Amino acid sequence: MSAAKKVFLKGNEAIAMAAINAGCRYYFGYPITPQNDIPEYMARHLPEVGGEFLQAESEIASINMLLGAAATGVRVMTSSSGPGISLMQEGFSYLAGNELPALVVNMSRQGPGLGGINATQGDYFQAVKGGGHGDYHLIVLAPHTGQELYDLTIKGFELAEKYRCLTMLLGDAILGQIKEPIDPWKPEKTAGDPDREWLITGARGRQPRLIKSLYLADGEMEKHNWRLQEKYRRLAAEDVMVETRHTDDARLVVVAFGSMARIAKTSIEQARAKGLRVGLIRPITLYPFPTATIGEISRQGARFLTCEMNTGQMVEDVRLAVENPGQVEFYGRPGGSVPTPEEILARIEETYQD
Amino acid sequence: MKQIFARPASLTGKNFHFCPGCHHGIVHRLVAEAIDYFDLRERTVGIASVGCSVFLYDYFAIDVIEAPHGRAAAVATGTKRVLDDRIVFTYQGDGDLAAIGTAEIIHAANRGENITVIFVNNSIYGMTGGQMAPTTMLGQQSTTSPYGRDCQRDGYPIKMAEMLAALEGPSLVARVAVDRPPNVKKARKVIRQAFQMQVENKGFSFVEVLSACPTNWGLNPQQAVKRVAEEMIPYFPLGVLKQKDVVDVL
Repeated sequence: MSAAKKVFLKGNEAIAMAAINAGCRYYFGYPITPQNDIPEYMARHLPEVGGEFLQAESEIASINMLLGAAATGVRVMTSSSGPGISLMQEGFSYLAGNELPALVVNMSRQGPGLGGINATQGDYFQAVKGGGHGDYHLIVLAPHTGQELYDLTIKGFELAEKYRCLTMLLGDAILGQIKEPIDPWKPEKTAGDPDREWLITGARGRQPRLIKSLYLADGEMEKHNWRLQEKYRRLAAEDVMVETRHTDDARLVVVAFGSMARIAKTSIEQARAKGLRVGLIRPITLYPFPTATIGEISRQGARFLTCEMNTGQMVEDVRLAVENPGQVEFYGRPGGSVPTPEEILARIEETYQD
Repeated sequence: MKQIFARPASLTGKNFHFCPGCHHGIVHRLVAEAIDYFDLRERTVGIASVGCSVFLYDYFAIDVIEAPHGRAAAVATGTKRVLDDRIVFTYQGDGDLAAIGTAEIIHAANRGENITVIFVNNSIYGMTGGQMAPTTMLGQQSTTSPYGRDCQRDGYPIKMAEMLAALEGPSLVARVAVDRPPNVKKARKVIRQAFQMQVENKGFSFVEVLSACPTNWGLNPQQAVKRVAEEMIPYFPLGVLKQKDVVDVL
């Protein structure tokens, strides 16, 4: 990290600046609230660095433009929210099948349907379990501060290239709209390896190359699927990211990601001040999920309180990770309602006393 | 001895899998001839679409990206925006381009993307087994219009070339046919011009090729070409609908 002067940016702007500093020169997108600062930043600043911003006719078009650009090996991104991300699911599936690296940002909004634009975490299932057809995964990163939005944008490109996968940065209106001081550090590596053997460049002096996901010959598709699974297995072995706090002596561990984790951090400090042995597990990668960390802590006998801004989605993965699913309680607020630290604290105290 | 006819270098030589009397083989050859003519094989990227022509990657000796159904023009846009000194073309059927991919083709055309689009209109879905296409003729029977296409229920055969020619963006919009040798020669010329447009950075070029699908029409190859001439061409008139200035290379 270089010692750079901090800049005061909205979360959405931090993502856009990080992407440009990471070498992303192509952005394709379609307007939708609450992420419009990203395309607007890109439209203004990409031309300054010789890049290209293109406003597509739909999210279906923008994800496919991204596909066409990603096949050449450049760093490319798009961003959207709820309904737009739903339209992109087809493209996500093809990007997974074609094994193309790229970054997509989901500044999620409430649903189902047109919903609303307040902060929510209702897209966890869609992001983590898929949403498009077929056996595939995205790499899903869940930042909880402006700086982390910046850092994980850069990390997102690197992971996408390492695994030839699509990385999704999953945020919400709180993260996208809050202004915070950001260290706009510049990574050393700003491009993928130009010698990758699959890049589509025109077959000059070499055999033609093909990017495809259609495998009709007997057994080919199964082989392709097992190869994808092997990547996901390696991803889970090498690149899980998780933050833990006060878990060593914790009797109760809150599990939360993104905005909810940020609120819960206050709540657990309030609980500690009251003498309650409460800890926090904050998954940073939602896929791959920090199953091992949660499992290990569950074997210390702690109970868990999963807090989400939805009706209970990540809690399913927490229950699968712990020794005994009975250890896991859930607290949630759906539909764009954001709990206060005191509301979470009340629930912590209640669960703690049980 | 002077060689006057050979397989284009841009074709791999793999035998086409197409049905007897299908025109994809002819259209593939015409595209390959155009790529050869301008010596573009090593800097061309083909975008395959979903339908019988998805396997063009087996037949063209070029880099190929397979696009999701209908999205070829959007994929080509992304590729061309990065590789702006390379030649990018899509090859799409009528279901792909004129039904599920309508939005993508209209907006790529309207942006004047510097790509070439080869649109094979055989008035039916081929690969999925003969369902009604947006270009299916009125009265034409298909597996999903078993009593014939009815304009009250199904609307009218869509005229993509005319629609795109109405936009400011495209540089070349034309409709050709490959039902008989004189038409094949005209098609060869127009497809070559379509690639020339892109070579000269003149923007979006679009060639609709009226073609036969004997298998799904339930006709033999001779009856099928007759149908192209007698039923399709009168409704889908041939010709160059729009052309910005370009030097005639022929």
